[in-house]
Amino acid sequence: MSTTPFIILSAILFTIGAVGVLTRRNALVVFMCVELMLNASNLALITFSRANGNLDGQIAAFFVMVVAAAEVVVGLAIIMTIFRTRRSASVDDASLLKY
Amino acid sequence: MVNLEALHELPPAVGSAPTDGAFSLLWLVIALPALGAAVLLLGGKRTDKWGHLLATAAVIGSFVISLILFFSLTGRDSGDRQVTQHLWNWFTTGSYSVNFDLLYDQLSAVFLLLITGVGSLIHVYSIGYMEHDVRRRRFFGYLNLFVAAMLVLILAADYVGVFLGWEGVGLASYLLIGFWQHKPSAAAAAKKAFVINRVGDIGLSLGTALIFITFGSTSFAVVSAGSHEASSGALTGIGLLLLLAACGKSAQFPLQSWLLDAMEGPTPVSALIHAATMVTAGVYLIVRSNFIFSLTEDARTAVIIIGCITLLMGAVIGCAKDDIKKALAGSTMSQIGYMVLAAGLGPAGYAFAIFHLLTHGFFKANMFLGAGSVMHGMNDDVNMRNYGALRKAMPITFATFGIGYLAILGVPPFAGFWSKDKIIETAFADNFLVGLCALVGAGVTAFYMTRLMLLTYFGEKRWEKDVHPHESPKVMTYPLIALAVLSAFGGLFTLNSWISDWLAPVVGEHGEHELGIPAIVMSLIILVVVALGVAVAVQLVGKREVPKVAPEKVSVFTRAARADLYGDAFNDEVIVKPGVAGIRGLAVFDRSVVDGGVEGLATALSAISGRFRLLQNGFVRSYALALLAGATIVIFALLAVNFG
Amino acid sequence: MSFPWLSVMLFLPIAGALVVMVLPGAGSALHKQVALGTSLLTLAVGVALAIRYDSGSSAAYQFTEQHEWIKSFGAHYALGVDGVGLTLVMLTVILAPVVILASWNDAEGGRWSPKAFFAWMLALEGLAVGVFAATDVFLFYVFFEATLIPIYFLIGGFGGPTRARASVKFLLYSLAGGLIMLASVIGLYVESARHQGGRASGGATYLVTELAKIDFGTDVGRWLFLGFFVAFAIKAPMFPVHTWLPDTTEAATPGTSVMLVSVLDKIGTFGMLRFCLELFPEASKWATPAVVVFAVISIVYGALMAIGSDNIPRLIAYTSVSHFGFIVLGIFVMNSQGLSGANLYMFNHGLSTAALFLVTGFLISRRGSALISDFGGVEKVAPVLAGIFLIAGLSSLSLPGLSPFVSEFLVIVGAFSYSHVAAAFAVSGIVLAAIYILFMYQRTMTGPTRDEVAGMKDLGTREVAALAPVLLLIVILGFFPKPLLSVINPSVDHTLERVQKHDPAPEVPLPTSTGSSLQEGAHE
Repeated sequence: MSTTPFIILSAILFTIGAVGVLTRRNALVVFMCVELMLNASNLALITFSRANGNLDGQIAAFFVMVVAAAEVVVGLAIIMTIFRTRRSASVDDASLLKY
Repeated sequence: MVNLEALHELPPAVGSAPTDGAFSLLWLVIALPALGAAVLLLGGKRTDKWGHLLATAAVIGSFVISLILFFSLTGRDSGDRQVTQHLWNWFTTGSYSVNFDLLYDQLSAVFLLLITGVGSLIHVYSIGYMEHDVRRRRFFGYLNLFVAAMLVLILAADYVGVFLGWEGVGLASYLLIGFWQHKPSAAAAAKKAFVINRVGDIGLSLGTALIFITFGSTSFAVVSAGSHEASSGALTGIGLLLLLAACGKSAQFPLQSWLLDAMEGPTPVSALIHAATMVTAGVYLIVRSNFIFSLTEDARTAVIIIGCITLLMGAVIGCAKDDIKKALAGSTMSQIGYMVLAAGLGPAGYAFAIFHLLTHGFFKANMFLGAGSVMHGMNDDVNMRNYGALRKAMPITFATFGIGYLAILGVPPFAGFWSKDKIIETAFADNFLVGLCALVGAGVTAFYMTRLMLLTYFGEKRWEKDVHPHESPKVMTYPLIALAVLSAFGGLFTLNSWISDWLAPVVGEHGEHELGIPAIVMSLIILVVVALGVAVAVQLVGKREVPKVAPEKVSVFTRAARADLYGDAFNDEVIVKPGVAGIRGLAVFDRSVVDGGVEGLATALSAISGRFRLLQNGFVRSYALALLAGATIVIFALLAVNFG
Repeated sequence: MSFPWLSVMLFLPIAGALVVMVLPGAGSALHKQVALGTSLLTLAVGVALAIRYDSGSSAAYQFTEQHEWIKSFGAHYALGVDGVGLTLVMLTVILAPVVILASWNDAEGGRWSPKAFFAWMLALEGLAVGVFAATDVFLFYVFFEATLIPIYFLIGGFGGPTRARASVKFLLYSLAGGLIMLASVIGLYVESARHQGGRASGGATYLVTELAKIDFGTDVGRWLFLGFFVAFAIKAPMFPVHTWLPDTTEAATPGTSVMLVSVLDKIGTFGMLRFCLELFPEASKWATPAVVVFAVISIVYGALMAIGSDNIPRLIAYTSVSHFGFIVLGIFVMNSQGLSGANLYMFNHGLSTAALFLVTGFLISRRGSALISDFGGVEKVAPVLAGIFLIAGLSSLSLPGLSPFVSEFLVIVGAFSYSHVAAAFAVSGIVLAAIYILFMYQRTMTGPTRDEVAGMKDLGTREVAALAPVLLLIVILGFFPKPLLSVINPSVDHTLERVQKHDPAPEVPLPTSTGSSLQEGAHE
């Protein structure tokens, strides 16, 4: 079975995620788009693993999943805190950390 | 091949017989006053009670040793009268070695007696003069320091050793001019003296360096032995540099301006340092370096010119001063001009330079101390317009001063007659113009000294209120009497041309100079000129009323003379003002260009980073965009590298 | 020779610093006593070292220690001193107790507790000994940079209101120089690895004695030389990279200024001798004309700037720029008078500047102002202070009879045999020196006593005790510099041999056998 469709799907998902991160203001949506990009890369990793016939890609995918999980924990906590203090989940509102 | 005749004209080399017998005491001459200075200056208030006595005893001790040494020296053969005492090696680098050696020969012997002798008298005098000064101990400490340094100067057997003494007397002079340093004028005068002397020191240090490069050593023995082998360029260079040094220390043109200001110091200081001894160090240096100057006509010509200019300049300044000490200081300049002139005449004049130095040391110290005695009686007033008719109030001072006056005028048989006449004669023998300068100088000298005498001791009383002139205590008048005796009979040194013969092994023999006219005629001419000067002074000063305030409407010449012939004004306009402006400019340059360059670099960097900082705008999405752009660029770069 | 003398002198103060830090409290008398005791102990070791030093030995370095440190770099922990190193090590250990005693109360009101001041001071002493004793370029570089740490904290933590800015400026300047030098240090590594063929041990090396055997070739040698020279010129400091010094001394405490100017700045001139001339003789000769010009500019420029300064520590800093000009001039004219004079000058300048900084420090702390125009007539109320001030000042203007004279005179003589013009310009420094010192003395000490200074106390016992040894040394060495010169001269001969220069012969040959005491010293 050709791996090309999987790669294409992965690319499409990644692009959707990237566009989402760049265009959406809501922190939760941005967050989900990041997850989407991570999963797109997971898909690509597994596809290449399959194509190359070794497990390196799958191992890498596991790492990504673990990182993603950890990120969810920290990220959601941050978003929650910001929302509690500012009553807003917009990423553009939290712009104090500059210059 | 050495030409025999040339050999005959060679300047004598400095011998170096080791010390034995009495001569092993040589170092003690310096050590006594040095020790005195150390005790007084480090001992603090504990020595207040007896410090001045210790200092005086130290100098008298040196004088006694000097006498012993002198008679030991006369006891030796005339060819064997140069003794060297090796103390220790000062420093050695490569082939260059400088020792602390003392050279005791005919020249230093004479100086030793002058310095310790006059020094002792002035110490005694100062006991009275400084009696009421709270810092008397310190004054005596400085005086002892001066004597020690001066002795180092004249005993050193090496140019670097001379330098040590040279600067030592400069320091003592600085400390003593500024002794009353609560007076800003005294502090400024002290600084001025030191700084101008330092200009002269450029000459001495570069001269010493040139001597080292030419001879590989700076000891008199080596240099005098090798001087005839050196190139004339080197010799002239050394001569001119040493002349610069002499100009600084001896207040010769163009470095003369400090001496008049130096009169801010206590009067015994003016007598000892700025009349009898230190200021004559330049003459000593030239005479001591006779083995250089004898071989370089050009440098000697420069010496003669400087001497002539200064002798006239000092005399003119002396004519216009109302301050008794400044008038005497002008006279000192002028008289040292005579000595320098004589020294510039070469082997014919060296001995006379030293002879005049001796007699001048006697009569000028005498007159300065006399002036101090007058000031003592006049509540420290120095303005001669407030004096007058003091001869009755201060008979001893008047009498001793009068002898000094006759001596400086050159009235026979007083000391100055013998020494000054010789110089003028030799000058005429050398060059008519030079002789004329010296002769005119003698006339002007007669004028200003007569003016000084008339203003101070004769005429009407012009005393300020509450001033009651009185004769000074015995501790002050006895030294005056002693110096007056020396001023009267100092001329005896030249009996049988003793001084010339005595110094000949050091400064070289010379034939009789050829004067077109008999010496006695020359003396008479000089006396006529002097009498003319006296007569003019009596006409202009003695026969007129002396105003209390110096008249403003005076000729250009008087005004120039009052302003020290614009020496200070010249320094101010040409050196000080541009210097200050230059330093201000340099400070701006340092701040704005040198440091500004560095600081500017820092400022520019922080400005650039200020721009870049704006990229950090706080919007997460713009960071993400930058990230994406960066990633894209990296990918395309990779593709371009791999597939391009 | 097996006893590690130099290591002891290096680590004793550092251990003392740790002890001072560990002792409880913020800075009681105990801390100061421990600090003083440690520095005195180090001085005692130093004296023992100096006594054991054999000036007649033909070895390049004495008291050598050598251990391999980082093999792949060829770096060693290698210590040893020649005459120059010994004099500077001695200068360091002499000045440290003086500074500690003089700064007894200066550390109050700093950013940190006073005990930190004394601990840093000791650490600085140890590291400075390390710099002067290192015979491995890499080790030298490490110490060179490490000295910046204590001095940075000493300037930035204790001192005047502008201390923060001054310490940063100092640090950046020094680091910039250090980085340029680092490039050359790395270059040395590369080159020594490339030239290993001639060496027995093989591999790269940083040992000075080994590196000296390498011929780097014209271009490489010159580049490496420049890297070192720029760093040392900043350190020295020479015109035009001197501006950090006045700012720093203006802000620092007098004690810090002493350690900075008298000791640390000597690393610059020491480095020029030890590394520039020793490792790159050809490049040094190539650079001589330019360096001499800059040295002469430094002499005149520093003196002129000193005359124009109204702030006393700034003034002293500028005088040092002038004096360092003399030292560099003496080094680069490359004859025995110039080199001996420069070496001696390093030691003497350390003493005279220390005395000047400390005595003016006492003066400034009494009045609470460093401006010359705020003083006047101090002599009347504080004669001892004024007297010491005058002696220190006179030594700075190289009065004969005080130690700096011999060195300055030798440098002038050396410069004169190199170039009449250079010497003529340099010698104008002696007039300018008289102006800046005496002008300062005149305006602060003489004249009518101003009201603000009327109640000023004279120097106390502690203060006199701190200054007395320095003044004593200045006077003794003025008349008897032989002990120093006898250790310096062999090193100078070695350097001259290295750069293959001979003293020019005098125009009139010296008499071969004089048999008189006058020439005694010449044949020793």
